[in-house]
Amino acid sequence: MSALGETLPVAGAARRPAGTFARMAKSPGVMFGGAVLALMLLIALLAPVLGTIAPSAINPAARNKTPGAEITMRASDGTQTARSAWMGTDSLGRDVYSRVIYGARVSLIVGVAAAAVSVAIGLFFGLVAGYVRWLDGAVMRVMDGVMAIPGILLAIALVSLWGAGLATVIVAVAVPEIPRVVRLVRSLVLSIREEPYVEAAVALGTPVPLILLRHVMPNTVAPLIVQATFICANSILVEAILSFLGIGIPPDIPTWGNIMAEGRALFRLFPHIIFFPGVFLSLTVLAINIVGDGLRDTLDPRMVKRI
Amino acid sequence: MLAFLARRALATIPVLAMVAVFVFLMLRLTPGDPAAIIAGDNANTQQVDAIRAQLGLEKPLLAQFGIWIGKILQGDFGESFFFKKTVADLIAQRIEPTLALAIVTILLAVAVAVPLGVLAAWKQNSWIDRTVMALSVAGFSVPVFVIGYVLIYVFAIQLGWLPVQGYRSISLGFGQFIERMILPSITLSVIYIALIARITRAAVLEVLGEDYIRTARAKGLSDRQVLVHHGLRAAAVPIVTVIGLGVAVLIGGVVVTESVYGIPGIGRLVVDAVLARDYPTIQAVVMVFSVVYVALNLLVDLSYVFLDPRIRY
Repeated sequence: MSALGETLPVAGAARRPAGTFARMAKSPGVMFGGAVLALMLLIALLAPVLGTIAPSAINPAARNKTPGAEITMRASDGTQTARSAWMGTDSLGRDVYSRVIYGARVSLIVGVAAAAVSVAIGLFFGLVAGYVRWLDGAVMRVMDGVMAIPGILLAIALVSLWGAGLATVIVAVAVPEIPRVVRLVRSLVLSIREEPYVEAAVALGTPVPLILLRHVMPNTVAPLIVQATFICANSILVEAILSFLGIGIPPDIPTWGNIMAEGRALFRLFPHIIFFPGVFLSLTVLAINIVGDGLRDTLDPRMVKRI
Repeated sequence: MLAFLARRALATIPVLAMVAVFVFLMLRLTPGDPAAIIAGDNANTQQVDAIRAQLGLEKPLLAQFGIWIGKILQGDFGESFFFKKTVADLIAQRIEPTLALAIVTILLAVAVAVPLGVLAAWKQNSWIDRTVMALSVAGFSVPVFVIGYVLIYVFAIQLGWLPVQGYRSISLGFGQFIERMILPSITLSVIYIALIARITRAAVLEVLGEDYIRTARAKGLSDRQVLVHHGLRAAAVPIVTVIGLGVAVLIGGVVVTESVYGIPGIGRLVVDAVLARDYPTIQAVVMVFSVVYVALNLLVDLSYVFLDPRIRY
């Protein structure tokens, strides 16, 4: 009887394998992470209609207001409207709520773009290093060199060279992540290249780029998605750190990092300028990390043992 | 054993050479005259010419690299035109606070994280385990400066137990030193604790499945003895490895923590250097931190021999 009980669900699972997302959604943690992430995406997309005002609008009459203060806005035609700044204002009278809401856009863009850039470059070099053996040594020594420089320091150095801007910050944040992607892809390729279907393709005279594209690359997708999620979370953190230090994205584009940078000087009196973006930032990164853990557990069960 | 030591130490040379090439190219690949960039905005023509001659900028790139690396090996990182000092002096001045912060943080992190990880592994799937793992994910996610400001707000501003900011050298008294070190080291250790606790848990879990653990239990050893003498000892290699690798995270955190707490260390220096576009200093700090990171991980590799009697080189 017990044997029957044990075999039945397995047979059922084999007949109709549940989708990745269905399996992931079973964990309450992943549900929470996914919900927070979906909420942040919505906030980023709908920023203009969420009761925000122009995030860079300076309002000298409403400087350093504590959360909940009533402020009057003067429009260009001279009409005045009152609104409640429930997250307060900063030292230039900009509405912290509007800045935090718009900041979600930049953070998510930086995270996704940096993950895409580092995965694309890392995938290319990983495939090359893993498959084209004579290039392996050279590629991996360069990657060892990049990995020897602590990530945030490398990003800081790159930003200092290229100047602060959205695109330069994205690339600067992505570069330190590349070696880990290369290593991952390379190690996958090294085992995939020994598979019979790759040997068959070689025997048929398939050109190397085609083998890589059609037979090797598809097998790297699942671990790469997991890796990309963690890179995304880390990139959002590093961008916030750079902007917080005043060397990242300039303040005319509001990001959670540079809103907090703005709040540093008057932190003792007005801690809200740091706390609100801090909460959004932490929640978002936490959500992405949780979703990443969930993805890893479902897509790549072997990795669970290693971490 | 000696041969292994030598081989492992030699293997770091190509890595550091690679770092040196990056740091060197950093400036040369930037558009503009490197001499003018190094001299900064306030330099006059003579100063720029002097730098150009000093760096051998009229020579081919490879020769320039030779000159540059030769100076670095002698500890000459050039001159900071912004701080009006040699970069080597600048770093020497700033190294004490950074070193103090890093050492206190590592001690604190290991003291907290290893017991937490062992406990989580021992009580696998209990609420303790789940709490430790949840805190670990949270530790990875909350940025260093947010933790820093929350701690300052609660313990320095609201409760008034500790100073808000600043650094006092240990030579001026241990009390004042540690008083100003508590909040920064807790701030910096959070992500490090998350990392070490996670790996400790995984490593101990793996060891606990081994045959000799069953043997140890079978011969009547207490849980505590099994955990400490057999479990932790065998799990030491991955734990020490992650402590070494985590130094990269620590160095990143140092930059932020020093800025939050106004500690005049190397982390603060590199931020000031970036804001002042003081490239010799940036290059030197990147170089120094990378060497420290590589050297520490060399030590970690060598420690395997003592930690795990099965490893023989």
